[in-house]
Amino acid sequence: MNWARLVFLTLLARPTARFLTGVDVIGREHLPTAGPAIIAANHASHVDTLLLLTIFPARLMGRLRPAAAADYFLRGPVIGWFSRNLVGIVPIERHAAKSPDGGHEDVLAPAREALAAGDIVIIFPEGTRGPGDDELGPMKSGVARLAASFPEAPVTPIWIEGAGRVLPKGAFLPAPMNCTVLAGAPIAWTGDRNTFLEALRKRLLELRQNAPPQRWLASDRPPDPPPSSAAGGPSAR
Amino acid sequence: MSGPSLQLQLPWIGPLPPIAWPLVWGFAGVLALLTAGAIAAWLMPRLRPGKDHTELRQRVNSWWVMVALISIALALGWQATLVLFAAVSFLALREYLSLAPAHREDRLVILASYLVVPISYGWIAINEYGIYLVFIPVYVFLTAPFLMAIAGQTRNYLQRAASFHWGQIACVYSIGFIVFLMRTPAGEPMPAGPAGLVFLLLVATEANDVAQYVWGKLFGRHKILPTVSPNKTWEGFLGGWVTTAALIWFIGPIFAPLAGLNLAIMAVVLPVAGFAGDVTMSAVKRDIGVKDTSHLIPGHGGILDRIDSLTFTAPLYFHLMTFFALHR
Repeated sequence: MNWARLVFLTLLARPTARFLTGVDVIGREHLPTAGPAIIAANHASHVDTLLLLTIFPARLMGRLRPAAAADYFLRGPVIGWFSRNLVGIVPIERHAAKSPDGGHEDVLAPAREALAAGDIVIIFPEGTRGPGDDELGPMKSGVARLAASFPEAPVTPIWIEGAGRVLPKGAFLPAPMNCTVLAGAPIAWTGDRNTFLEALRKRLLELRQNAPPQRWLASDRPPDPPPSSAAGGPSAR
Repeated sequence: MSGPSLQLQLPWIGPLPPIAWPLVWGFAGVLALLTAGAIAAWLMPRLRPGKDHTELRQRVNSWWVMVALISIALALGWQATLVLFAAVSFLALREYLSLAPAHREDRLVILASYLVVPISYGWIAINEYGIYLVFIPVYVFLTAPFLMAIAGQTRNYLQRAASFHWGQIACVYSIGFIVFLMRTPAGEPMPAGPAGLVFLLLVATEANDVAQYVWGKLFGRHKILPTVSPNKTWEGFLGGWVTTAALIWFIGPIFAPLAGLNLAIMAVVLPVAGFAGDVTMSAVKRDIGVKDTSHLIPGHGGILDRIDSLTFTAPLYFHLMTFFALHR
């Protein structure tokens, strides 16, 4: 295994994750103990990746491969080196899903290779970071296609609560706030993409139910109208 | 400091502050209790197999770590004690702010809230007692709602402002008094030095928690506050009260300048404060809808679950001691 990566993960990433989030894990017994395996988690923040890379024992750290958008994580030589060698990403070409001749390019090929090599692929089925309110956005089919081609790899659903508050999309300064990682029992490939995605979604939402309320209050209700404008104003007629 | 003391010498660091012999015996007593606990945790699964004794084992193991951290800090002096309790305050505040009801716009005031920990403990480091007393209760109290106003979210504004301030007082302000005990001027009569004052506070508070739990387990029949803490009973409260009062009465004079009426007042009042802190945190947790504030300390829950009683006993103990010293 890459020594720079082990040093980075154990001496820098793990203490950072502890300081920022407390790293509470519920259902640790459900985490895979060997590859090939797939981890499917909700996504609200880069902190999600930080947490998933640091909750495993050092023995498995070298096997962890987060699937990440190539256009974002390989956008420069420095970020690219960091993403490939320290984070250990498997790059996914988000915008090359269809080639000009109408056929499908296999964007999941790097993830399949990693699974074939016995790695644990971390995948965020929403495909991108959500708005950080700990809702589960629509899921893409990639996780199902991956599970279909490796039916022997268990798919462990993981709900991460609170990471969207530590470092929401667009924020620069992380705010220390406790997060909880909830792992559920692995899901077996159902033989069908839609039923598989439905089962995964249901399991993730069940995990969310058991999470402590480490989320913002909902502020979607429109503010009450000022009381004075209603009486006698133009709107009252 | 009066009386003989133990002088330790560390490589690189040099001589440590002298440790009074009563404190050495005090920690020996705590270690003996921990050993008894460890033996019990080892015996229980063998005597009563089939039941799950993981929590007891985790509880005892966590106590070893906590006692080790506290004894090392007290032996090293006020600076190490300050660092330890500043870390405790930070962890408690992080736990609290993560569960307290907050809107997206509160991220600003939450980020700023963490600055209160180094600033507040900074006043202790430079021994500015007067500024410490007003910093959180007045200036943080005024500043945080102002930052919330700048952030612009006014829904539940008053409730959120009040709950943030409750967190600052409980997690930072109250706990800081423990460290201020370590800064007691050397001229004061202290049978076991400043560390002895901290030792008595921590032992009495934690013994009260344990005694209430044991009395409640053994004899608990009548619920004392069923809507807040269904497991707490009158038997546990009263048994814990009498046990802790007796403990303070007998060991108090060894570690702190307490005698006669002063000792009696401390013995009677401190266990009630410990119970009050415990129940208050239970009400907060019930409101938020969690059983434990996190899983930081195996077998215990979060750090707030562990320091709940201390948030009440620490300031009360400090202020009683100060009052007794001023009216001697």
